[in-house]
Amino acid sequence: MSVDDISEGTRQPAAPRRIAPLRITAYTTTTAAGIGKATLLAALRAGVSALRANDFGAAPLQTWIGRVAGVESTALPRSLAGWDCPNNRLAWMGLLADDFIAAAHAARERHGPARVALVLGTSTSSIGATEDAYRSLDAEGRFPANNRNPLVHTPHSLANFVHEALALEGPCVTVSTACSSSAKVFAAAERMLRLGLVDAAIVGGVDTLCGSVLFGFNALQLVSPAPCRPFDAERDGISIGEAAGFALLERVSDAGEGPVLLGYGESSDAHHMSTPHPQGLGAEIALDDALARAALDASEIDHINLHGTASAKNDEVEAALVARRFPARTHASSTKGFTGHTLGAAGIVEAAASLLAIEHGFMPGTVNTRTLDAGCGPQIRTVSASAEVRLALSNSFGFGGNNCVLVFGAGAHR
Amino acid sequence: MNALHFCVESAGFWAPSLPGWAVARAAFRGEGAPADPPATRPAPAILAPAERRRAPDSVALALEVAAAAVRDSGRDAATLPSIFISAHGDLAVNDYMCSTLADQPTMISPTRFHNSVHNAAAGYWTIATVCRVASTALSAFDASFAAGLLEAATQCVADERAVLLVAYDVQAVGAIATVTRSEGLLAAALVLAPAPSTGSPRATSLHASLISGPTAAAPLRSSAARALAGNAMADALPFFEALACATGQPLDLPLTRTLTLRLTP
Repeated sequence: MSVDDISEGTRQPAAPRRIAPLRITAYTTTTAAGIGKATLLAALRAGVSALRANDFGAAPLQTWIGRVAGVESTALPRSLAGWDCPNNRLAWMGLLADDFIAAAHAARERHGPARVALVLGTSTSSIGATEDAYRSLDAEGRFPANNRNPLVHTPHSLANFVHEALALEGPCVTVSTACSSSAKVFAAAERMLRLGLVDAAIVGGVDTLCGSVLFGFNALQLVSPAPCRPFDAERDGISIGEAAGFALLERVSDAGEGPVLLGYGESSDAHHMSTPHPQGLGAEIALDDALARAALDASEIDHINLHGTASAKNDEVEAALVARRFPARTHASSTKGFTGHTLGAAGIVEAAASLLAIEHGFMPGTVNTRTLDAGCGPQIRTVSASAEVRLALSNSFGFGGNNCVLVFGAGAHR
Repeated sequence: MNALHFCVESAGFWAPSLPGWAVARAAFRGEGAPADPPATRPAPAILAPAERRRAPDSVALALEVAAAAVRDSGRDAATLPSIFISAHGDLAVNDYMCSTLADQPTMISPTRFHNSVHNAAAGYWTIATVCRVASTALSAFDASFAAGLLEAATQCVADERAVLLVAYDVQAVGAIATVTRSEGLLAAALVLAPAPSTGSPRATSLHASLISGPTAAAPLRSSAARALAGNAMADALPFFEALACATGQPLDLPLTRTLTLRLTP
């Protein structure tokens, strides 16, 4: 037996090796705060929640939601009309925001359409269109004639649509690991770039409000009747939101200035389908792997965008992890009170928030939260702060115990 | 680009007519017949008896082939990052969710809701095997197996470690079956290791590369495979036929309308 066999046979494999940073040459996000990243930055700076009383669907539950204005009235270009559904409309809004579509086209020209990967995350993709069809079945029990495109009624709808909208010819895959989906896309893209399968990757995620998540999380008694209050001693559940976001990743040697992806960590809790590991074991493995790939120590992290859903259990476990691993100076906060929990899009929204923090030297507070839970350490802040942010983490934890931690930096040299 | 060089150490396979890789391999080679009568549904021993009964078909299928492939690789499941891929997820759970939302939305079952996530099988697998390394759940419509194999090979080569690939789709039922075609149950799994493999001496060495341009799905050689072509994971069948027959020939799998995954020995 070789040395390799021994290390592979143990339950604690060696820490992952450092990766080369990847430049984020463009990014955008569209949330309840508005279209494009400047609207999110403005909401974070103003400390104003974008949540509103639930007005989604025929018989809305008593809760608050992060709804993107204009999804219903957005029309896809005629050439893409067959893809029409709320989730793909939000995806299209997200591609136009910050002129991300121009950056995507430029990357396609620069590298060639077959050398750009597309990796998108979503939790529910176009299930809203499937729900609509079930509410209006015809006399034979079939979907209504205007809602029968099989390409829409499937999880890959989002990535397939964006692949066609951007006229890409490289690998195209959907990651659907619940609330870690659009964080894990950075990891999948980094591996493809590292191996030379592609020269650029467009990553991101889109999730739209739908009955499945509103009534599903309600059934699990995880939805708050009021705007969510992450890490509050009296928090009583999540507020669900919708969002779109995209980022373009290229090798540092191919692209000039700007923030970088330094590392990522992915892990599994191996504990429960809908409750986090009580000691945050999986989350901590993801954190350790992310720091190892970035060759950083936790003490160097300036800012953390927490998963911070305002569910009792997530925030308890995450607060304890932050308290035991980070110095008091690390400014940690949750932006869920601004945007709602955008589920499969949360990874990309909060990656964008982390990149905004780096680019603007501004770390948001935790809006709606009045009294921090006693389990929070000095790292978790309700009030925003302005300071240089060189290194930022973003946490995303999903159902099935699926965890991902991302590390972003101000530049490739440090 | 350089081709990704990896080894297939072991395989798992399950369909009602081919309930296990040994049966499937023999049928694909023309050396054995499909199960008669066909099996109904797998009962993965890895799940506790109550969970085995309650688990959605997709979870039972995925865990059955995953456990078989890992067992035959001789590796410890807890050490293997896993890549789960399904074109549609559990269509019966989706049908339940959408029907209930249409009729009585406040009556949604919390268990069925958490079983509706695309990574449900990955979640049950990592819990059952106490596996705390990475797991992912992917979809790529009719190119799902090819996309899953690309991701698995990428993880295997990039991180120089063995990985588990699990591909599955179930029957479409209810109103969604009028739009989405998927017949029967079909699941397949592979344990991939960096080449040269330190595991099984019977490991099959493969090089994977991306070829610009479209390709047609390879024709199926055996009636046993053709009988499964209505399942949404049917794009796995040419690969498992080729693996069974050890053809030594290159195999092209469509990844998108304009990109091909080429596998060469």
